[in-house]
Amino acid sequence: MVRYILRRLLIAIPTLLVISFVIFAILDLAPNDPTGNLPMTVPPETREKIRLSLGLGEAMHVRYYKWLVQFFVNEPLNILEQSFGIVIGDSGNRLRVLSWATRSPVVDMIVERAPQTLWVVGLSYVFGILMAIPIGIIQAYRQYSWFDQVGTFVAMVGFSVPTFFTGVVAILVFSVQLQWLPMIYDTTLEVNSWGNFILQFKQMIMPVMVLALWQAAQLSRFMRASILDNLNLDYVRTARSKGRNERAVLLIHVLRNSLIPVITLIALGIPHIFGGAIITEQIFRVNGLGQLLIIAIEGADIPTVQTLTFLFAFLIVLFNLIADVLYGILDPRIRYD
Amino acid sequence: MSKLISAVLAATLAFAGAVGAAERGRDGQVNILFWQAPSNVNPYLSGGTKEIEVSSMVIQPLANYDPNGNMIPTLAAEIPTVANGGVSSDLKTITWKLKQGVTWSDGSAFTADDVVFTYEYCSHPDTGCSTMNYLAGISSVDAIDAHTVKISFAEPKPFPYGAFVGATTPIIQKAQFADCMGTKAQECTEANFYPIGTGPFVVKDFKPNDVVQLEANPNYREAGKPAFQSVLFKGGGDATSAARAVLETGEMDYAWNLQVEPEILAKMAQAGKGIIVTAFGPSVERLMVNQTNNNAAEPNRSEYMDGNNPHPFLSDYAVRRALSLAIERQILVDAGYGAAGQVTCNVLPAPAIYASTANDECKTQNTDEANKILDAAGWARGSDGVRAKNGVRISILYQTSTNSVRQATQAFIKEMWKQIGVETELRNINASVFFGGDPASPDTYGKFLTDIEMYTNNFSGTDPEAYMNNWTCAEISGKHNNWLGNNVPRYCNPAYDALAKELSTAGALEDRTRLAKAMNDILMQDYIMIPLIHRGGVAAHANSLGGVAMNAWDTEVFNIADWYRK
Repeated sequence: MVRYILRRLLIAIPTLLVISFVIFAILDLAPNDPTGNLPMTVPPETREKIRLSLGLGEAMHVRYYKWLVQFFVNEPLNILEQSFGIVIGDSGNRLRVLSWATRSPVVDMIVERAPQTLWVVGLSYVFGILMAIPIGIIQAYRQYSWFDQVGTFVAMVGFSVPTFFTGVVAILVFSVQLQWLPMIYDTTLEVNSWGNFILQFKQMIMPVMVLALWQAAQLSRFMRASILDNLNLDYVRTARSKGRNERAVLLIHVLRNSLIPVITLIALGIPHIFGGAIITEQIFRVNGLGQLLIIAIEGADIPTVQTLTFLFAFLIVLFNLIADVLYGILDPRIRYD
Repeated sequence: MSKLISAVLAATLAFAGAVGAAERGRDGQVNILFWQAPSNVNPYLSGGTKEIEVSSMVIQPLANYDPNGNMIPTLAAEIPTVANGGVSSDLKTITWKLKQGVTWSDGSAFTADDVVFTYEYCSHPDTGCSTMNYLAGISSVDAIDAHTVKISFAEPKPFPYGAFVGATTPIIQKAQFADCMGTKAQECTEANFYPIGTGPFVVKDFKPNDVVQLEANPNYREAGKPAFQSVLFKGGGDATSAARAVLETGEMDYAWNLQVEPEILAKMAQAGKGIIVTAFGPSVERLMVNQTNNNAAEPNRSEYMDGNNPHPFLSDYAVRRALSLAIERQILVDAGYGAAGQVTCNVLPAPAIYASTANDECKTQNTDEANKILDAAGWARGSDGVRAKNGVRISILYQTSTNSVRQATQAFIKEMWKQIGVETELRNINASVFFGGDPASPDTYGKFLTDIEMYTNNFSGTDPEAYMNNWTCAEISGKHNNWLGNNVPRYCNPAYDALAKELSTAGALEDRTRLAKAMNDILMQDYIMIPLIHRGGVAAHANSLGGVAMNAWDTEVFNIADWYRK
């Protein structure tokens, strides 16, 4: 198992390098201009000067090399310096990956925004799972009952109606009509008292629930299908004929076996939490990573887009590995060595 | 009129005096919503409107523009003119006297050295300063004494107020930015996020592309101002929900740039929680009419070639005039702009003294006349209903940026042109590509490979000279200048250039207005640009917020020191 993990980790290095180059090349070839969103009063010669000051005058391979050095050497060194309070080399002149829009280090922006995304999107993922698993079990066990029919209907609606629609409907109902919940996520709120905790809770309800509904809709379908597959297998008949009660059959034998593919799916979905929920974050004005990505794309802020997409790629590769390892641990039939 | 203005001013001053006695920060917090969030607080590096708006609360220029477009001294003691000796009679220097006793928010004194430094910072070739063009023509900026600055120009400058007037060129502190010159400018994150200023507020916390928290400046020079202790400047989301947050839920006090469909905005205003305010600057949504042959088979596609590469049908005056006459502009305003738009027949509709009335023919649609003009010019309808002459069909490719209002306008115009036998194909291009300057992209507005394109242009400040210079022969966009020229229709008219030359030396305001109007009339009567809509800024503020003076010539928060809670 250890050899397998090591081998996978080594393969990941060239994979990630190729991914980073492909991202860079695509962004570079796309017709995009960081000065494109400036007011028309800024004349073309000035725009050209701005582009040069951002380093766009250099050849593509030079810029790619600079990004590689900044991201893989300078940024880790900076993290080491900050976490241990030490100085390594000439840290004052070491260039970090700077955003073209804010002229500040991209990694600092990511660190600032990651908590909001993890809280809002992460919580919605947790709630989604907590809702989906019991719903899926009951739906499968009582297949074609009214609960199953309603559940299937809700899941189809939840999955096919986009979050930018449910989000706006939620705002119209709970903020505009009923005035129960705030429509703007206050990112300056610090949770340091019970009053603020309640405010934080209130402003998180809508984005979390909108996303959780969507997550639960997908996962409950997988859960239902997976249980249904198992219910008709021989070992279930054996368990029943041994006289075990239905509860033990379902929750001990069937559930554990059915969870194997679902857990893999859940693990594969975790990188998407970090990716944020681009549209939902935008609607509720949550300053998360998804919002950062969409602003960066709109503003042609290539260093930010490049760094974020690469981080997502890294997480996807990592969680693919984790999912594979989990699979091996959960299912004794699968061995990698 | 002037009596009315002075009466209003007197009343404002009296009122300001009355509240001036009150305590600074008495009204708590004001919440401002900008659905496009500011990415930093240094307008010299970003150049975007959102950054200029937020920075104008912190750092200030020598003079600002009031809502009527008049200059008002901010850090200067008075506005220099030829009459008061501040501007030399040869129009080559302007001498600013600074206010005494102004301090930066850190308590240190504001002096002429800071003004000189600001010039050096922005004019440094490696800074990438986005407002460099405001410094054009300056040969030197010198501190005569601690409170006097002299700006010298290489050539006579009839309108010498480009630099350090208006929110685009505020004064930054020398002590803070001294190490941020040239290539270092990009790396000074601390200074770019937390500039030390002379304005009513200081930045307390800055989260890029999200939220800015500002606190009242304890060293602000006017006692009792600002009335608000703090400003929350929130970004993100979209225009419609921003309007909703002010007009329907009342969570925010002020929302900016509300490009929302007119009927939706009117409905929100009925909730009675806030007021919609507008201000009209020089922004005009217009059609650019390509004067060069843009045929894809042409090796010199859309190149001017000294006039030897004319457009197959748009070079015909009759066609251009008919295209303008066929448009019903009021429909475009009602459908897409509402309170934020007015019908216009000029590319220079404001300030009011520059607005010409010579082109008002375009205000009413006249399809019959347009058809007659085309018939007389020999453009006959073919079997498909599209007019043609000598095998050239009037089939127009019409591009603009992707934006729901623009696409609706395109669809209306396509239908109107169909009535005069003109076929139109519509295209829309992502704004960051269309307005970008990538010379490799075929879709930029500067390259203009289509027949007609539509966008809004304007100028900052109140003097239109640089703006009107955009359509001189020297500015023609083409391969030779990487398609970065401002003369996008590729129009060249010696009479126009002569007027531009005259304008560059005219000192008296009467001459300047006469010349600028004449230049506008040439462009309009030659139908090189077809103006559609005079666009205004739309904002909304809560009923409880007082002191808002919507301003098209400066930032909307230029007078935030005077805002208060009713």
